[in-house]
Amino acid sequence: MKYLDEYRDPRIAHALVHEIARRVTRPRVLMEICGGQTHTIMRYGIDELVPPQIELVHGPGCPVCVTPIEIIDKAIAIASRPDVTFVSYGDMLRVPGSSVDLFHVKARGGDVRIAYSPMEALKIARATPHRKVVFFGIGFETTAPANAMAVWQAQRERLKNFSMLASHVLVPPAIRLLLRSPDNRVQGFIAPGHVCTIMGFQEYEELVRDFRVPIVVGGFEPVDLLEAISMLVAQLEDGRAELENQYARSVSRAGSEPAQRLMRQVFEVADRKWRGIGMIPASGLRLRPEFAAYDAEKIFGLEELSADEPKECISALVLQGLKKPVDCPAFGKGCTPEQPLGAPMVSSEGACAAYYQYRRIL
Amino acid sequence: MTCPVPLANRDHVVLGHGSGGKLTAELIRDVFLPAFRNPILAGMNDQAVVRLNDSRVAFTTDSFVVKPLFFHGGDIGSLAVHGTVNDLAMGGAQPLFLSVAFIIEEGLSMETLHRVAASLGGAAQTAGVQVVTGDTKVVEKGSGDGLFINTTGLGLVPDGVNMSADQARPGDTVILSGSIGEHGIAILAEREGIEFETPVESDSAALHTLVNDMLAVTKSIRCLRDPTRGGVSSALNEIAAASQAGILLDERAIPVREEVRGACEMLGLDPLYVANEGKLIAIVGPEDADALLDAMRAHPLGRSAQKIGTVTDTHPSWVSMRTVLGTTRVVDMLAGDQLPRIC
Repeated sequence: MKYLDEYRDPRIAHALVHEIARRVTRPRVLMEICGGQTHTIMRYGIDELVPPQIELVHGPGCPVCVTPIEIIDKAIAIASRPDVTFVSYGDMLRVPGSSVDLFHVKARGGDVRIAYSPMEALKIARATPHRKVVFFGIGFETTAPANAMAVWQAQRERLKNFSMLASHVLVPPAIRLLLRSPDNRVQGFIAPGHVCTIMGFQEYEELVRDFRVPIVVGGFEPVDLLEAISMLVAQLEDGRAELENQYARSVSRAGSEPAQRLMRQVFEVADRKWRGIGMIPASGLRLRPEFAAYDAEKIFGLEELSADEPKECISALVLQGLKKPVDCPAFGKGCTPEQPLGAPMVSSEGACAAYYQYRRIL
Repeated sequence: MTCPVPLANRDHVVLGHGSGGKLTAELIRDVFLPAFRNPILAGMNDQAVVRLNDSRVAFTTDSFVVKPLFFHGGDIGSLAVHGTVNDLAMGGAQPLFLSVAFIIEEGLSMETLHRVAASLGGAAQTAGVQVVTGDTKVVEKGSGDGLFINTTGLGLVPDGVNMSADQARPGDTVILSGSIGEHGIAILAEREGIEFETPVESDSAALHTLVNDMLAVTKSIRCLRDPTRGGVSSALNEIAAASQAGILLDERAIPVREEVRGACEMLGLDPLYVANEGKLIAIVGPEDADALLDAMRAHPLGRSAQKIGTVTDTHPSWVSMRTVLGTTRVVDMLAGDQLPRIC
């Protein structure tokens, strides 16, 4: 398949591995931010291919994993109401809240539906004006524009029965937190290509400058990741700290201006709790007051609901790249995709699930 | 370490219990097997083979709840024939008779019912099986989803044929009869309104004539499975577990059509977990593999048959795969349905 096979080409991949081996002179710890990248690394065994000096640690970029437990509880409270049709991306349905997950709400008769886009929720709202249709608007900067568009469109159409439970998170504040941590071991980052397709990479240039750390914007195929690793190794070996763009077929410095404009119009930056990590200042997006009529938390009076983050295995350490999933004593025993203890075991983008699915006996 | 989120996962049936993955296996193991305990059921094959007088009779049943009722390449009627005929064929049986039960939701259009019945009858005729008994129930509006069909099939197993999921042996070859994922993607495309330049058609087909051609080459095929719900991954994991053997696949050898690959890429799905309704997996001794492959390729339903892997003595009960890059990964059985990823 064009634009795909060339990025999975074994000859190109092995040439890049060779180049990495040629350049690397000492141990290097690199982190891929995005869960989609982690998934590719595990699925194709990229961590096996690269020389042993390269240690790949996995970042917090799994939207399912970092959505705080009280948001899941709020989703469950809303979805359990008989007057609500609750629409969500598929992999949010299996994330454990304090007691159950959304699949169980569905099994008990809740009207919970899986959608590929928030626009489907709008369609449902138009078709069933007597139902309160709520979309679960989570994710990083990647899904924010589409979610913003749904709210904007609902306001334009004066839809009275549509709202959004919005809990967006932003990547750069999380990287900043990792870099500020005294425990940080990461020497170079692969920035998330899809997030940067929307946002561009100016924010990452600031990180490079502030922390003198190399960052390469990377794609999601094996060759993308190997090339990004090769670029990071070259920078580290040369003593450079620069922002480079490996994923130029999708990412430009400025990103998508219309998408950013729409996001700014509908959302504002807010402090946000990350599951397993805790509160990160100015690390999320919430609906602007002008769109309060579409804010499900306000409509259903759930703003005060809070839940204690359980001491979930070691997911906090996994999400910060300080531990590998296999370092957790519960991994594959008490904690499996069927009975996940922590969110990284739920989504296929979660580091624990990726290890479990592709690696647990090898 | 305390386990902080003990979900009350087993209080209610969830959709994943019907996915053909681990949750389904758990339901069978924990609820049904203990309730019905007997040695024939314990074989856990797609069909039961029972001895009646001097004949070996294969017996199977399957329910069809596909939505939409009509899709590219088939409909619930033809599918209800193919699914049950294939479950018989995977035991090497010659399919003979079907029963058909219709559970109809009040309000279904008569025209739809006519079309489905005609399609079912046509498919049975093409497959050379007769629908000899049936049942009709109508449920109140809201108690069904248009139309559900159950078919039960009877067939005869020829002497000398003895295939079962527990017979894979290290060194055996794994053969797949053609490209995967077409049924699942055809259904998904129809449901989600996804359009392709050339629409993906369901591969729904009756496989018993292909099996006949294969058994003409050798009766000592170890095991046949049709990778329906849960896809190739579930079928191979079941075989690996039943045989206590490992299976190593070669990713490059697994045929997937471009449209199916494209749809899977777009939706974040892995074709190894997507359903098929006209494909089979054969586990055969290495000495028979080439002759079988030739026979399969000579049949219209096996034209793109491929050797996709081998049975190994490493990692018993596990399926793994050599990737395009030459690394190895696990091919796990999914817990429930594949969930589309967020981004």
